[in-house]
Amino acid sequence: MTELWIIVGYLSLLLALGIGASLYSRGTSSDFMLASHSIGPFLLLMSVFGTTMTAFAMVGSTGEAFREGIGVYGMLASSSGIIHSLCFFVLGVKLWSYGHRFGYRTQIQFFRDRLDSDKIGVVLFPVLVGLVIPYLLTGIIGAGTIVNVVTQGPKGEPTFDEGTFPAWMEQGETGFAIDGSRGGVPKPVGALIVCAVVLCYVFFGGMRATAWANAFQTCVFMSLGVVTFYLLADKLGGGDTIWESLRALSTNPHIPAGKATRSDISQLHFFTYMLIPLSVGMFPHLFQHWLTAKRASTFKLTVVLHPIFILIVWAPCVLLGFWATAGAVAGGSLPDGTIVPPPVAADPNKVLGFMVSQLNSDWMTGLLSAGVLAAIMSSLDSQFLCLGTIFTEDIVGHYGGRKRFTDRQFVWIARGFIVVIVAISYWLSIAFDGRGVFTLGVWCFSGFASLFPLALAALYWMRLTKFGAYAAVLGTAFSWVTLFWASGFGDANVRTFDLWGMPLQVGEGTVLVTLGESTYELMAVVPMILVSTIAMIVVSLATPKPSQATIDKFFPATTSH
Amino acid sequence: MKYVVWTLVAILIVAHQDNWLWDNDTLVFGFIPAGLAFQMGISLAAGFTWWLATQFAWPVELEDNAPAAGDQQ
Repeated sequence: MTELWIIVGYLSLLLALGIGASLYSRGTSSDFMLASHSIGPFLLLMSVFGTTMTAFAMVGSTGEAFREGIGVYGMLASSSGIIHSLCFFVLGVKLWSYGHRFGYRTQIQFFRDRLDSDKIGVVLFPVLVGLVIPYLLTGIIGAGTIVNVVTQGPKGEPTFDEGTFPAWMEQGETGFAIDGSRGGVPKPVGALIVCAVVLCYVFFGGMRATAWANAFQTCVFMSLGVVTFYLLADKLGGGDTIWESLRALSTNPHIPAGKATRSDISQLHFFTYMLIPLSVGMFPHLFQHWLTAKRASTFKLTVVLHPIFILIVWAPCVLLGFWATAGAVAGGSLPDGTIVPPPVAADPNKVLGFMVSQLNSDWMTGLLSAGVLAAIMSSLDSQFLCLGTIFTEDIVGHYGGRKRFTDRQFVWIARGFIVVIVAISYWLSIAFDGRGVFTLGVWCFSGFASLFPLALAALYWMRLTKFGAYAAVLGTAFSWVTLFWASGFGDANVRTFDLWGMPLQVGEGTVLVTLGESTYELMAVVPMILVSTIAMIVVSLATPKPSQATIDKFFPATTSH
Repeated sequence: MKYVVWTLVAILIVAHQDNWLWDNDTLVFGFIPAGLAFQMGISLAAGFTWWLATQFAWPVELEDNAPAAGDQQ
């Protein structure tokens, strides 16, 4: 029960903070959507970091390290440290500058202007919304699962008796005690509470509340991560000092061969994974955060510290997953005798929760759960706000006529859309069976990364035409849908299909190509990014170049000579 | 200096692949596997490189050189 009260306390604190931030609101649509461009370096750093880190940063990183070894740090964390900051530097600052000068609030407004095409929004809008919603669902499903697991009572004392909640919420496919709610808060209730809290502070405080809440939540999950790591290493290592414990954990003879290296990961897979972080260049919710910056130099702190923050969050989690492998082999255990039971070993996402449960502290379990929820909610709020903004700006404002509404009415339209989006997302999260949520995340990132060449070209290649942009978006949509369909819509099992005589296997966001005797594993983002880039370049060169007015507007330094 | 910064970024991207440590299971400080320690070093080096970028390659021409237009409506 302690865990439940810690979560309730944390959510109440967050609600108070978000609503407190709304007291500083200026009541304008600019304030609601972009915090009146008033965000300084610290808040931008924390809100951008919180937005890019999801539950995967804590639960998934430990689980993946348990499954694949320490290589996941290089695959997911250090690559993001390089590429995310590159995107902030190369795209973020320049897009902020255009947003500041020309008054953009959404990506689509920028692309409409840059490409001199009213219809690009019609093509881009469904693709962006279609990619954000599954990403958002991973957060809602993850939040419901965390609240449920933590309140199940690991010591065999369920928080709620069977029959407390409606049967459809409590019963899984094989019943209450097997895969149902097992005495915890049912997943749909947990997800509903988290959605309601996020909705409340986004509804009342808009971007200002989102930025404040993100900063707070980022502090929470970073500090809790470090504290949890220290306590776990000290306990599981069984040494007299923390250094002895750390050495005992890493020199454990039961750690399977290969987990301390990357021998379980192919070099091509590792190399091509580096394209995945390019997705931040096209995240619409991140674009909106960029526009909140007070001035261009506000970005500097974010660009510099983002890789370091990733290191602080990821390295401890990866080490925990690496150490846990010793407890999952036959006859093996951690230095203090802990054994990882088969049901936990079979679902790597449970590894972190299991290790924390070894501390036998309801407080630590509750606090860590709050930390994981913080990581999830700091992404959810930005995504809800972003979808509300693009529906309001790019559909109602653009096609309905912005001048028909007062600024205050426009804020209420945005709020209405946010309520509708939260309701639809919640309903989808219930309808979706939750299988492979992290795999779904990788597919979403692949889609956004495939649109990165378009964002880069729009800023640095004056020859990009609207038809080239259409080709890039449609190429991305076509290749993404084809490969996602071939994967069984995010199924974890590898499926084989025939591509014009060449056997092609599609797995968890990966493609396996067999050429002769050799099979090459690469991320599915590679063919997708190739299709979108080639389509964009070929079609742009084959169609009339943009108008001189557009070139003068976006490339003044080049045309002034 | 701008070229130095962008060269460092390119070196980071190449060094990130570190095929030479692929099967190395030596423990640095007695508890961090060499492959992980190297990649943690890459994160620190990325922070330093991006600090250099903000000092020597910052696009000052974008720094508030135009008045805000007000939001597009």
